Amino acid sequence: MSTQVSAGKHTVEQVEAVTIRFVGDSGDGMQLTGTEFTRASALAGNDLATFPDYPAEIRAPAGSLYGVSGYQVNFGAREIHTPGDAPDVLVAMNPAALKTNLADLKPGGMLLVNAGAFTAGNLEKAGYKTNPLEDAALTQTYKLVPVDMNKLTETALAGSGLSSKEVARCKNYFALGLMYWLYSRPIEPQLEAIQRKFAKKPEFASANAAVFKAGHAYGETSEVFYQRYQVPASKLAAGTYRNVTGNFATALGFATVARLTGRQVFLGSYPITPATEILQEMSYFKEHGVVTYQAEDEIAGIGSAIGAAFGGALACTSTSGPGLALKTEMMGLAVITELPLVIVNVQRGGPSTGMPTKTEQADLLMALFGRHGEAPMPVLAAQSPADCFWSAIEAMKIATKWMTPVLLLTDGYLGNGSEPFKVPSLDELPKLQVKYQTVPNYADGAQYMPYLRDDKLVRPWAVPGTPGLEHRVGGLEKDSLSGMVSYDGMNHERMVKTRAQKIRNVVEDVPDVETFGAASGDLLLVSWGGTFGAVRGAAEELQARGKAVSHVHLRWLNPLPKNLGEVLRRFKKVFVPEVNDGQLAFYLRGKFPGVDPLQFNRINGKPIKIGELVGKVLEVL
Amino acid sequence: MSTNGQNVNTALPTYTKKDFESGVDPRWCPGCGDYSIINQVQRALPAVGVKRENIVFISGIGCSSRFPYYMNNYGMHTLHGRAPSFASGLKVSRPELQVWIVTGDGDALAIGGNHFIHAMRRNLDLKMLLFNNRIYGLTKGQVSPTSELGKKTKTTPHGSPDYPFNPPALALGAGATFVARTIDVEGAHMGGVLKAAAEHKGSTLVEVFQNCPVFNDGAYEFLTDKAVKADALLRMEQGKPLVFGKDNKKGIRFNPQSAELEVVTIGDGGVTEKDILVHDATREDPTIAFMLANLSMKPGFPTPIGVFRNVRMPTCEELTWQIIDGAKAKKPDASLEKLLAGSDTWTIG
Repeated sequence: MSTQVSAGKHTVEQVEAVTIRFVGDSGDGMQLTGTEFTRASALAGNDLATFPDYPAEIRAPAGSLYGVSGYQVNFGAREIHTPGDAPDVLVAMNPAALKTNLADLKPGGMLLVNAGAFTAGNLEKAGYKTNPLEDAALTQTYKLVPVDMNKLTETALAGSGLSSKEVARCKNYFALGLMYWLYSRPIEPQLEAIQRKFAKKPEFASANAAVFKAGHAYGETSEVFYQRYQVPASKLAAGTYRNVTGNFATALGFATVARLTGRQVFLGSYPITPATEILQEMSYFKEHGVVTYQAEDEIAGIGSAIGAAFGGALACTSTSGPGLALKTEMMGLAVITELPLVIVNVQRGGPSTGMPTKTEQADLLMALFGRHGEAPMPVLAAQSPADCFWSAIEAMKIATKWMTPVLLLTDGYLGNGSEPFKVPSLDELPKLQVKYQTVPNYADGAQYMPYLRDDKLVRPWAVPGTPGLEHRVGGLEKDSLSGMVSYDGMNHERMVKTRAQKIRNVVEDVPDVETFGAASGDLLLVSWGGTFGAVRGAAEELQARGKAVSHVHLRWLNPLPKNLGEVLRRFKKVFVPEVNDGQLAFYLRGKFPGVDPLQFNRINGKPIKIGELVGKVLEVL
Repeated sequence: MSTNGQNVNTALPTYTKKDFESGVDPRWCPGCGDYSIINQVQRALPAVGVKRENIVFISGIGCSSRFPYYMNNYGMHTLHGRAPSFASGLKVSRPELQVWIVTGDGDALAIGGNHFIHAMRRNLDLKMLLFNNRIYGLTKGQVSPTSELGKKTKTTPHGSPDYPFNPPALALGAGATFVARTIDVEGAHMGGVLKAAAEHKGSTLVEVFQNCPVFNDGAYEFLTDKAVKADALLRMEQGKPLVFGKDNKKGIRFNPQSAELEVVTIGDGGVTEKDILVHDATREDPTIAFMLANLSMKPGFPTPIGVFRNVRMPTCEELTWQIIDGAKAKKPDASLEKLLAGSDTWTIG
């Protein structure tokens, strides 16, 4: 659905939603171009979702196929669930970027290429025998717009005094300026952003601004484009918004906990893709009561957090799959000492180093069961970048309320992807209470028993500095009351069962699942974590086609919501799409005998697409 | 107020040794050197001027690591080799606590080697007691990273083919600001070293030569046997010449030609007491301390005990909190509302 209005010499077509993908060399600044365009879309009031897709190499050899870095943004006047299945517009900065991404572009979509980069050398590196821009098939299938951005950037910067290498690095701003023009964005906020970004290097600020304006002017004057587009503001709920990535939102959530409780939040961590930003962002939140500690390795990252938790801090650690593997012994210690701790796992492609910069959901079973001994812990998964904020707060709330480590699962797609985050008012935030034991709790106040539990089986938290409550915790099994080392077999059995029951009790804080769509029907889509958006989008589309398909999404994986079994059994078929080889499906089969979910598993490092999921569901309906 | 909002009472009661005993009977083998170490620690603590509840003992895994259970302080018995990681997090989070680490040669230097060097280099005020018995005791007698070359153990029946660590040298190399060595049977000496360690602010290693009567009995007889002790032990004392031997006639001299330490005898070949190196643990440059630490590895040289290095430098936790306090001072109007809103927002409706 679109409407046309006339504006100057170009008509402006109103469109409801657009997906644009920027692709280029890993040194071409595509991530910056994508985030800046996203910012402009957010400021224009669009709902949006983004998907950065970059290689593991920092600067792969220029022009190579494996060095291509991309950033996809889907923005619209309607609710946006995912970064978009297939781009409507592909901005390709060189032949390698064209070759690796062209297949994804929608037929009839706009293909904007930097024709200046289509040199014999670059064509050869990309494996093209002839110049694809001269291929008639390309112009028949797509709206091809070749623009020599290299030359136009050089012209814009003639006499600037910059070296040719420096000039070349500005060309992404040409592409950005052109896209601003094409999507009718005001340029002033971007000019201000350039001034801020390059405040310390004014010569680059003015160069990038000049190139950006040249790109914008090119759209207006070149007569290449016969129309512009406008995506109206979406009907998001009234409020103040900011654009957040999942990793930033996680960090923001933890900092919010420090403010809400007045207690120190301690993050012990070690850099690992794609989780590093959590540590980076939190190190900027010191004034809010956050302490960050970059440890010597993954094990020390969680060790430092457990040490801080023993001292009374609200402790957390952040990592990705391989780091989670290293932390497993420590997680067992956190379970047996019953200290509050949040472990954030930003999942990535595995096993081993796997695909560090690509997303995956394949750590679910490890999160649930991947420790030696009987070591259950609550597991929560964020469903969108903004939800990482709420999940971080919720995880810390559960950890401190129940005196337990909590695993928070996000993934590379959520961590790096972004969406608008409605800034909550203070009364929308959860209430968090952190209580330390300050007096002896046994024998009429004569003794402190670290494992004397309340009616929910939660043990008290007494921290160093509290006189009279001196006690020892540790990895050896403890007497179920005194906390002294105990080798008594029946005591061990009692402690194992008590710890398990305590985690089962957490279900009182797990909301029931809500069914999106009818309460019963032919097929129920069940998702968890980062697939929420794609599955919700597919459910909407299937329902619009009149199919009896509903959707439930699991944020809590342990304990599972109380009503889940009942909901699953109301549908003829249960269908679980996952970015792994079927881990939730396996878990549900064990938890709910008789329920045998159909599966759709994508393990290609990318989020599931709405269209392919709709197709798979239609096949089995 | 402490760093995490806890109230910490600073008035100090008068303690006796008993106040630091948890009441749990230690379960070390009869004759184990660990008994004398815990005895000296419990004797030393009443005088260090820190309240019992503000002292934390953190250990890893091994015989020595049962130590916290026998102390009436806050304590954590953690994972093999990892004690420094917990201690580091706790110290950064709560710098007002006095944090001790109790570890052994396998715990600290094999599985925990990485944490060991980083704890030393960071200069967090962590006081590490390394019980060195040169053997794996709790697993019943395997070669350890401090076992001597050629040592026959259950896993090296033909003799160990690998070279041992020298813990003080390793700690100095990693940047520790306090490094000392003492012996389980030298109670008074150990007491003095522990007091100095307690008073130091910064990364602290106290190596204790500790006899394992079951799996490595007599490991330190070459130092502790009365017949050889005087010639084998070099007692380093601050500001005093490094002399040893029956009549303190032997000494350590720095040879400027070879840039090495050498053993000389006062009175021989014109050597006078003035030629003997005067011990100064406060030298900022750790080179001489490193040379002294390595003496025990060289045949014909005595084994030094005492304090190798004692240098005050800003600690990691002091610097960390300077930065945090600086960030807070710079943004006195920081608030939850500002945190949530950030700087780049738009409004709908």
